[in-house]
Amino acid sequence: MPGIIRSIMIGLVLALLALAIFGPISNMILWAFTEQWYFPAKLPQSYGFSFWERVFRPQGNAMVSLLNSVVIAGMTVLVSLAFAIPAGLALGRGRLPYRVVFLLLFLLPQAFPSLAVHMNIARIFYTIGLNGTFLGVVLVHALQGMVFSVWIAAAAFGAVDRELEEAAANMGAGPLRVFFTVTLPLALPGLMASAIFVFLISLDEFTGTYFVGVPDITTMPLLLFTASMEGNYQIASITALLLLVPSVLFMLVIERFLKSDVLAKVGH
Amino acid sequence: MIQQAIHAQRQASAGLGAAISLKDLHLGYDRTDVISGLSLDVQAGEFIALLGASGCGKTTLLRALAGFVPVRQGQILLDGTDLSQTPPEARGMAMMFQSYALWPHMTVAQNIGYGLKLRGQPKAQIAARVAEIAGLVGLGDLTGRRIAALSGGQKQRVALARSLAVDPPVLLLDEPLSNLDAGTRATMRHEIRALQQRLGLTTILVTHDREEAMSMADRVVILNRGRIAQIGTPEQVYHRPADSYVARFMGATNSLPAELSGKEGITLTLPDGTRAQLPRAQLHIPEPVAPGPAKLIFRSDAVKLGAEQEDGGLILRGKVAQHAYLGSVYRHEIRIGALRLMADAARKMPIGADVDACIPATALSLFPASPRQP
Repeated sequence: MPGIIRSIMIGLVLALLALAIFGPISNMILWAFTEQWYFPAKLPQSYGFSFWERVFRPQGNAMVSLLNSVVIAGMTVLVSLAFAIPAGLALGRGRLPYRVVFLLLFLLPQAFPSLAVHMNIARIFYTIGLNGTFLGVVLVHALQGMVFSVWIAAAAFGAVDRELEEAAANMGAGPLRVFFTVTLPLALPGLMASAIFVFLISLDEFTGTYFVGVPDITTMPLLLFTASMEGNYQIASITALLLLVPSVLFMLVIERFLKSDVLAKVGH
Repeated sequence: MIQQAIHAQRQASAGLGAAISLKDLHLGYDRTDVISGLSLDVQAGEFIALLGASGCGKTTLLRALAGFVPVRQGQILLDGTDLSQTPPEARGMAMMFQSYALWPHMTVAQNIGYGLKLRGQPKAQIAARVAEIAGLVGLGDLTGRRIAALSGGQKQRVALARSLAVDPPVLLLDEPLSNLDAGTRATMRHEIRALQQRLGLTTILVTHDREEAMSMADRVVILNRGRIAQIGTPEQVYHRPADSYVARFMGATNSLPAELSGKEGITLTLPDGTRAQLPRAQLHIPEPVAPGPAKLIFRSDAVKLGAEQEDGGLILRGKVAQHAYLGSVYRHEIRIGALRLMADAARKMPIGADVDACIPATALSLFPASPRQP
């Protein structure tokens, strides 16, 4: 008897969990293909693609926003790696004094309410002419992802065995050669993980783009916001589905690219 | 095929080894000197073993040779050129790390060929050299494997091959065999020694295993607290230890308190009050010993149990307290009053039996009771 009760309990918990995860998503998918769905009905009255046509028609700016989102996310990854690699090296390897203080410093943009942070960034960017530019939006996104990229990079470089670098130097490689042939390839899995984080954070970023980019630069989350505010659930759902595409593609690419290196690391 | 490769190798490497001369070397971390005032001359093509307990500075010395520990004072001369301030990548001393330090993101061939690639050799030449070296160390057709797919012994061979591939004038081995099982270790000892002889490499081995040091090296350097306690051939350090530290480190574990008096004889006062006389001339006495308290040190295999008395030897009467079988002999623990000594015998003596332990005078070493202060 207790066995059956146990099974029922577990089944119930799993069902709730599934509802929490898949409920919103299935609702979103339903809305994306809905033509008419009025209140008391449990399911849409009619299905169709007319809203898809509206999203993809040339004067709708969905495709432009999607492109903007992807370009900005890619640039954000580059900018944050360009910053995280040296920072991670210094924090992960070097005998930097007050290491912990520096690491915590990167948490600061996350620690304050993002509205307050972005409002003030927008004000500063406005005075130096960065408002409404790609660069401005990329910088804001990179700041949001900073804590992840730097912390993960520091951990990745910290995990590289010093003796592996010494062995390379011993074979005649100068410091730069050692870095590019041994240190960087060994830290790559970690750096790729941080790239995934930053890419996803950037794709999803809203407040920063809202303050710094609007009205010149529109990204998918902004489009989604506008559509939801107008009560247009179809447009919002379709936009959200579109937003999934680059995230999933990016993760697949990275995952393929990672595999052999990660496996080699596990075996080490 | 392998014979040819070896032959070509030998021709290519004629005069490969370089002479090393260390002059008044001071090394250390933070404020303390790990090595202070060490001088050592190594001939070209010589195999030197640095032997010592952990913390004696042997690894620090090896890492300083490779350029990973800064030299505070003194010189490292390689064929007369001072390298003490040269960065590691320009020293040309190939080191084999205790952890092997193989790059997991490269294949075996890429690991071995790394140094050659750095030297800008063409791909075909690198491939040929990698195959040759892989054959030399017995890696055969494993060159396409990833490092993670190798066994401990195979990794060890890759590490050796990587160091040998660049034709180094000096080979540095940091406890190369400590991660292997006993069987593989014995084979590798022999193989490394044979390769070293064939290639004429100047080789410096760091180890804490005296058998490893003695079976591989031309000369053994025993380090004690950052100083050289003794340099000598394996036979010299084994049979003629320079001080009590070396004697103990080389396995002479039995120590008896003695009282030195007069010029000719040595009087040993035993715990039960009896005295024994020993002829001084037959004992090994490397350091001056002043009259007064001293100690006699000898190996357990020098003790003869219940044998006929030899002239001039030391005879001690005791009881067997324990015995252990070591494979070729039984090691007995003999209690003589409060003293204890270990004696090896081919025949097992029953526990509790009264035995006569005879030690020939020539097997005894006499040292001052307290070790000489460096």
